[in-house]
Amino acid sequence: MATSDVKLLGAWPSPFALRVHIALNIKSIDYECLEENLLAKSQLLLQSNPVHKKIPVLIHHDKPICESLAIVQYIDEAWSSAPSILPSDPYDRAVARFWAAYIDDKWFPWLNGVANAQGAEAKKAALDQVREGLVVLEEAFGKCSKGKDFFSGDRIGYVDIALGCFLRWVYVAEKRNDVKLLVEDKMPGLAAWANKFCEDGAVKDVMPDKDELLEFANMILEARAKLNASSNN
Amino acid sequence: MAAISLQTATMAEEVKLFGTWASPFSRRIEVALKLKGVQFEYIEENLSNKSPALLKYNPVHKKIPVLVHNGKPVAESLVILEYIDETWKHNPILPADPYEKAMARFWAKYMDDKLWPAATKVVVSKGEEQKAVIEEIQEQLKTLESELKEKKFFGGESLGFVDIAANIIVFLLVAQEALGLMEILTEEKFPVLHEWYQRLVDDAVFKECVPPRERHLGFFKARFGSSTASK
Repeated sequence: MATSDVKLLGAWPSPFALRVHIALNIKSIDYECLEENLLAKSQLLLQSNPVHKKIPVLIHHDKPICESLAIVQYIDEAWSSAPSILPSDPYDRAVARFWAAYIDDKWFPWLNGVANAQGAEAKKAALDQVREGLVVLEEAFGKCSKGKDFFSGDRIGYVDIALGCFLRWVYVAEKRNDVKLLVEDKMPGLAAWANKFCEDGAVKDVMPDKDELLEFANMILEARAKLNASSNN
Repeated sequence: MAAISLQTATMAEEVKLFGTWASPFSRRIEVALKLKGVQFEYIEENLSNKSPALLKYNPVHKKIPVLVHNGKPVAESLVILEYIDETWKHNPILPADPYEKAMARFWAKYMDDKLWPAATKVVVSKGEEQKAVIEEIQEQLKTLESELKEKKFFGGESLGFVDIAANIIVFLLVAQEALGLMEILTEEKFPVLHEWYQRLVDDAVFKECVPPRERHLGFFKARFGSSTASK
């Protein structure tokens, strides 16, 4: 299969693009990775995702697919041989989709909210909310994994990908705010899961480097703070 | 032997829907179940006094709709729709082709991530802010208009996943009428979408699942009426 058949428009810091990298790796798909500069988006990106103009976009046989979770499901269905990303039973699939929706609709906005929180009290509240969400996800992990390593069981799957893509950004939030979010004694399941996820063959070569990401985050958040400060004058 | 099969048949059809009459998310599930001819028990929830059953079946969000199939709960309307489609395979609401399916998921998400927040904003905003939100909605409708093109429904020949998710538009237009807002989905600006809308609300199954009109108008007037500016 020619590598140009499958293209991924992404950006190395993006957890959403990371989901797609991982899914493609799980299926051992050869693909061409096109790194987007989000301050100067390519024509290809603007044409492929005219509605949102966002990455990731998967282009397969010249047809673009957008929205990270829609892409991951597409990968699972278009390359239907094992290993599977979603389970086969409709109820188990519904549970997996429910948790992916929780992560995207509730938990990720809370994580994102940490950077936007102004002042010590707001920061603390934002961080507490992220931790509370992780407690909910810890319980979900217990129920879904049934004692195995991952939400999906023996191998990484849909919910692992949906949550695991944020682990480096959790690290960034911890370092920038000098706190622990993934607290081992409160979330032992998730703490162990996080290590195994990062070590997984489909993940470890595409996970961004911790320090590089921290440097990147510091740079953009400080630039944003300067912008806000100057616009307030 | 016969007695056992009868028992399994009865057990396999225990379907409950916890919902509310005025929620588009709840109504989506009714449409899907009716399209598939699935018998279900409907439980109307009082959102200011949620039942212990609802809290047990959806402890994470404590929200409707929740579908309970043989005692197992499924929550989140788009997740429930996919579950229904995968469990009762006749009259499919999602396409079989993975690419078409990905497109359907993209557009259904668009309804929830873009159209819904704008619709909830329009009923609580006033004056200039409200005008701006209406313009934003019209931009979104323009996007939908160009996606629909020559198709009868977003789902093709018959209504599907995206059409069901687009039921938000029905609620938006009832709110528009109740609150005396300017016409949003004009035939002039949106010839294709306007026709689609008529087809949607005339559809035999869909129209059974729309809130009763007078009651729905009254609902919007009572809840948001005093906050609107003049026409």
